[in-house]
Formats: sequence, structure tokens, C-alpha cells
Amino acid sequence: MSHKLVDCRGLACPHPVINTKKALEEAGVNTITTIVDNDVARQNVTLFAKNAGHQVSEQQKDGLYHLTIRRSDTSTAAKQTDENAGQDPTNAAFPTGLVYYITTNELGQGSPDLGQVLMKSLFTTLAAMNPSPTALLFLNTGVYLTCEGSPVRDQLEKLYAAGTTVLSCGTCLEYYHIKEKLLLGNISNMLEINNWLSGPHKVVTIA
Amino acid sequence: MVDDPYLFGQIAAANALSDVYAMGGQPLLALNIVCFPDCLPPAVLGEILRGGADKVMEAGAIIAGGHTIRDDEPKYGLAVAGLVPPARIISNATARPGDRLILTKPLGTGIINTAIKADLMSAKAVEQAVHCMSTLNKEASAAMQRYNAGACTDITGFGLLGHAAEMAEASQVSLEICFSAIPLLPETMEMARMGIIPGGAYNNQEHLGNKIAFDKSIRPEEQMILFDPQTSGGLLIAVAETMADKLVEDLTGKDIQSAVIGRVLPAQNKLIIII
Repeated sequence: MSHKLVDCRGLACPHPVINTKKALEEAGVNTITTIVDNDVARQNVTLFAKNAGHQVSEQQKDGLYHLTIRRSDTSTAAKQTDENAGQDPTNAAFPTGLVYYITTNELGQGSPDLGQVLMKSLFTTLAAMNPSPTALLFLNTGVYLTCEGSPVRDQLEKLYAAGTTVLSCGTCLEYYHIKEKLLLGNISNMLEINNWLSGPHKVVTIA
Repeated sequence: MVDDPYLFGQIAAANALSDVYAMGGQPLLALNIVCFPDCLPPAVLGEILRGGADKVMEAGAIIAGGHTIRDDEPKYGLAVAGLVPPARIISNATARPGDRLILTKPLGTGIINTAIKADLMSAKAVEQAVHCMSTLNKEASAAMQRYNAGACTDITGFGLLGHAAEMAEASQVSLEICFSAIPLLPETMEMARMGIIPGGAYNNQEHLGNKIAFDKSIRPEEQMILFDPQTSGGLLIAVAETMADKLVEDLTGKDIQSAVIGRVLPAQNKLIIII
């Protein structure tokens, strides 16, 4: 629960983002303040932090920008509404900032038919959640769920429209030759996926 | 940008030759313009010039000489002259409402060059970006002439939106561009989302922001990709609707990654509308 200062005065892009990212990855750091002296760095650090699901506030002092970044991990997210995930404060008691790590297109071991029924049921449940999950990460056969012919297309579109980040593993899309069939969301790589898995959010694995 | 001096020379030459191709011309001769420091081995300069010469030869032009000065940082560019019959000049001021817009290279080189500095890119993605930057717009230019392109510009430092806005303004039309139709270099989106965006993109945004309408579904990082300054980018071609798919097919057959990314509209209150 410590606070850390990251002084990026005199540094040009991309270094302020990289230094901020490293500071946030340190164990036990809860809040950091990044100081930058130029507008490009201000905008890039803000973009990075918001897209990683953190909260950012900004103060201008003596021509410098002080960007205070609060990690939105699950313990604090339960009390605060996550900026990315739903705006209804009456639901603040629900845990927010959930990331689903989905590595299969069938839920559980056993009959493939049953696995598909269960997967559809899971997505119907996710689509009804308020706030919506922060991100869905699809790997291996999980990428079939984000491509044409997906049995959960309607639910996925609803989640995406609600602001959930949808990432599909590029290597997996290429392996199964379905890259051109991606319905929505972004193609991602292991670096970004690992950032989500090791980040502040609670990760739920569907394998 | 790239560490390999031979590749650097190739990219600089492809970038310099692009203007002639955008006008439907054939490069004729090029002059080297070089700044080079005393502290680097002369062999490096040799490799830069060899890269440039090879690209100029590939373009069917010759290097007719040039000029070199001492400077702290190596810089290389070329002044290029080309030929085009006046009746066949393709201008950026002649896009017609109803035309389709075709982009002949994926976007992302500015963001990728920034990410390379932070050592965030995979080797494979860097290789694809370098291949894209060092590819001449020669085939794209020849193909657009076969399909009677109405207008053309090449995408460089002002980003897709900067050069598209110039085309819209000069042609007195508006352009509608569909973000999801635009091809991107591998890892561009991931890097943009992480805030790895060069200062030049923000300059372009500041310069153009009020002339462009973004649909609310376009995320901030997606907007910045459209403002990203490109090194040796592709051509943006306006062509009759009936020709658009055939042109893309033709380019695909020549290993040029192109796509229909939008259309030309009668002038609206914004120069460009991003959907």
C-alpha cells in the first residue's frame, strides 16, 4: 500500500510510459505519481494507465504535470466504481475489474456438446453482469468464440458494446487460420495478455 | 529508426521516390543529400548509399550525383525528379463524390519506430514493418493508372488523416473512412493502447482535430493511429466505385497489402468523418 514517485522530467516518449509501467509492476505499490514536463508524455502516460484499467488524476504545478495513478485492484475496486466497467454506483458492492482468461471453446472436460451448452450459459451470465467484466482474453480454441460462427456472438457483442475489452491471441488465430473471421475486439500478443494476467485485476481462468 | 544502414538507405529512398509515384510519374533521376558525422566509420555511409542506390535502380531511375556535409547525426534523403505527361498527372485535388478510397500500405510505422526505441517489438513484427517501409509505391502507382484513379496522395509525416484532409480540402469534398477497414502493421494496436505514441501524432492531432468527426465508438488510441506520422507510407487513391474491388484484387496479386477504407462524399461541415 505504498506510494511511489516516478520523476520523468526531461524524458521523451516512450520512456515516461515505460518507467510508469515498471513502477506499477513493483510489488506493494498502490499509488504512484508520475511527473512529466511535456504534453505528449502526459497524454501517453494517461492513455497507458486508463487502458490498463487504473484511475488517473492530473494536477498542473509550475509547468509540470503530476499524474496520480491508482491501481484498481480488487480490494479497492470493491469500494470504488471502476471507470471502465459500468457506471451504476448502486452495484458498487459487486467486485469489479474481473478479467476472464478463456483458453477453450468448450467449458469443462467431458461431452463436447455439454461443454458448448455450458460455455453459452457462462456468456449469457457474463453479459448480464453489472458492471461488465473489464476484459476477456481468448487463447487457443477460445478464439473460436470471437470469430464468425461463434455460438456466443450475441452475448459477446453485448459485452463489447458495454465497454469490455476483448482480446484474441494472434498466434492462435493464425494457427487455426481464422484471423480474417474475427468478429470484434483486437488481436493481441503474449506481452499484452501477460500484462493483464499479472496486472491488478482479479483473473478468472476458464480452461 | 532501423540500425541496419543498408535498410535505412532503402527506406529513405523509397520515401523520397514516393511523391513522384503519387502523381502517376516515372522517376528519372535522384540526387543524394547526406549529413554524416566524423565519428562513424565511412563504411556505414557506404552501406546507406548502397541501400539508396539499389532502391533508385529498382525504380528504374539513376543517381546523378549529390551533396554531403558533416553533421552530428547521420541523415539521408534524396531529391527526385520524374516524368509524367501533363494530361496524365494524378493530383490530390480531383477526388469525386462517389469514389472509393484505397490505401496501399498498412498504418503504424511511427508507433512501431517509437516502440522499437523501448524494445517492445517482436523481431517478426519489426521485419514486417521494415519490409513495408522499404517497398516502393511503384506497383501501386502503375495499378492505379490502369484503373483510372481520380486522385492520389502519399501518406507520410502528416499521417493518414493529414494527407486525407489535404485531399478533401483540395478536392472540395469530404471523406468517410471506416476505421475497422484500415490495415494495420502487426502490434501497432497493442503499442498504441500502451501509450507508445510519437509526439508527431499529437502535433498532427492538434493541427487537424477540429476538421475531423470521430464516431463515438472510435477509442482514443485508434484516433492516434490515424494521426500517426508514417515513414514511407502507402498511396491513398480515390477511384470509381466500379473499379475499387478490381484495383485491390490487382494489388493483392502483386503482394501489395491494400484495402478499400472509405468513400468520397459531397462536402460536409467536416473534412473527414471516421466511422
